[in-house]
Amino acid sequence: MSSIFTKKNTVIALIVLAFVIPFVLQNQYYLHVLTLACIWSIAVYGLNLLAGFTGYLSLAHAGFFAIGAYSLGLLTVKAELSFWLAFLVAPIITMIIGTFVGIIALRTKEHFFAIYTLCVGYIIYLIIDKWDSLTGGVRGLIGIPSPANIGPISFDTPLSQYYFVLVVTLLCILMVYRIVHSLTGRTFIAIRNSEELALSLGISTAKNKLLSFVLSTFFAGVAGALYGSFIRFIGPEISYTTIMFDFLTYLIVGGIGTLSGPIVGTFLIVLLSQNLQFLQDYRMLIFGPLLTLLIIFSPRGIVGFVLTKYHQHQRKTSAVLKDARAKEG
Amino acid sequence: MRVLKLNSVTVNYGKYSAVRQIDIEVSEGEIVVLLGANGAGKTTTFKTISGLLKPTGGTVNFEGAPINGKSPDRIVQAGIVQCAEDRKLFPQMSVQQNLMMGGYIHRSKKTQLKESLKEVYELFPILYDKRDESARLLSGGQQQMLAIGRALMAKPKLMLLDEPSIGLAPLVVEQMFTSIQHINKDGTTILLAEQNANAALSIADKGYVFENGRIVIEGTSEELFSNDEIRKAYIGA
Ligand SMILES: Nc1ncnc2c1ncn2[C@@H]1O[C@H](COP(=O)(O)OP(=O)(O)OP(=O)(O)O)[C@@H](O)[C@H]1O
Ligand SMILES: [Mg+2]
Repeated sequence: MSSIFTKKNTVIALIVLAFVIPFVLQNQYYLHVLTLACIWSIAVYGLNLLAGFTGYLSLAHAGFFAIGAYSLGLLTVKAELSFWLAFLVAPIITMIIGTFVGIIALRTKEHFFAIYTLCVGYIIYLIIDKWDSLTGGVRGLIGIPSPANIGPISFDTPLSQYYFVLVVTLLCILMVYRIVHSLTGRTFIAIRNSEELALSLGISTAKNKLLSFVLSTFFAGVAGALYGSFIRFIGPEISYTTIMFDFLTYLIVGGIGTLSGPIVGTFLIVLLSQNLQFLQDYRMLIFGPLLTLLIIFSPRGIVGFVLTKYHQHQRKTSAVLKDARAKEG
Repeated sequence: MRVLKLNSVTVNYGKYSAVRQIDIEVSEGEIVVLLGANGAGKTTTFKTISGLLKPTGGTVNFEGAPINGKSPDRIVQAGIVQCAEDRKLFPQMSVQQNLMMGGYIHRSKKTQLKESLKEVYELFPILYDKRDESARLLSGGQQQMLAIGRALMAKPKLMLLDEPSIGLAPLVVEQMFTSIQHINKDGTTILLAEQNANAALSIADKGYVFENGRIVIEGTSEELFSNDEIRKAYIGA
């Protein structure tokens, strides 16, 4: 019975569900929300790599998301680059800016790092908001194209866009999975654990922290570029702290430092807040206390809570088995 | 051949000098012990050698070249590995993954890593039995073995062991010192910090006694053993 619910089967079932759900729902609006949730979750995966696995809480993440979106927007609208080239270059631009920010920001630690990156995020917002001639300022940037056709495949319907975003999301999750399970991922975890210990094992913490930072901006850039091409209109508010704290909420609710936390948290909250929209801003009256309770009772979010319960259960059953065997023998 | 030489090294925490003008020499193949009460400056000395702290004065030479000023990861690559007194492990990783992290600097040499892993398991068979278990489930003694095993994975020329016997039962302490001797016989030079002077001096070639950040006595193990002050202060006989 329990063997049906192995990790692998669950993942396959969820992927199948993700592919068939548009036909089940038959609802354009929900498709739109699901597509957006996928995009947010990619950004949250990036944040998780840095804040969750490496232990450096960057509050500039929405800024890098916006850099990805504006790079795509400017490259296609103003530089008139082809969509796919722009889609490739946008994350690279984000990573280059990320490298420079990372080199300086990583000289600080802990709350100083958080405060510093918060300032960087705000500066990015100000630049986008005030540099009218480049970014269009508060008016924003309009007319960003949808993904261009690839041969016979076109991306002009919400359904095809959903599938496009879904595939990119799955690829990103696969990438994060591979990173976390590689030696590089364990190096990040080692740094989160104790930088001093990591150093005394011969790990260059400076190099690896920068790598984690730049990787996190890569995912922010991809998410931003997807957002730009999906919404086709972007304004400076996408770099604002509200977006930053949305990311952070998704991550904390889902489970910081866990592999499935970002997707769980993002979908849960995005879908919940859609359904609670009639409450308007009073939603926060529900979310606020819930978030506080969650942080107190399960600092690693919903996924962390489930994993802990699961491991406890496993330990108990294996202990019972051992007892039984001991009695037999 | 002299492997490590500390030349009049002083280390400050802010204005406070935790270690003042100490000279230490370690030759190849030796076991050298640093003795001293709590707060005497042993850990500070270790952290200075491994590059986690920078000396305010003096130099640290390893194999004839100065290493003070090098970053800790470079010093590990040069061949000095520290096994810290808090024996910190990676609790979310398995025993074997912890060991593999210790081999980080040899990460591209797969066969060598396998070989080192085998050696560590031969030295501490209990780690082999628990290789897939989470490191957080180990007992204190097993944690110490894992910490030492992890340091060995880097194949150091010089290993710094900071109070490996602390908090262990007498029988386990004995095993631990036998293992340390074993590691030394296999060609690793060892610098040891200890409060357990009796056990430490019985395996060491020579020792230094710290008091308030200064070295007050130094000598061979025999000399230190027969020194009345040391017997009173550290051996209790
Ligand atoms: N990070 C620090 N900041 C300020 N002072 C420190 C710090 N670490 C250690 N000290 C001080 O430096 C002195 C030497 O400490 P150290 O840890 O080197 O002693 P130790 O010989 O290793 O002692 P123990 O046997 O208790 O481990 C102590 O007086 C201690 O209070
Ligand atoms: Mg100490």
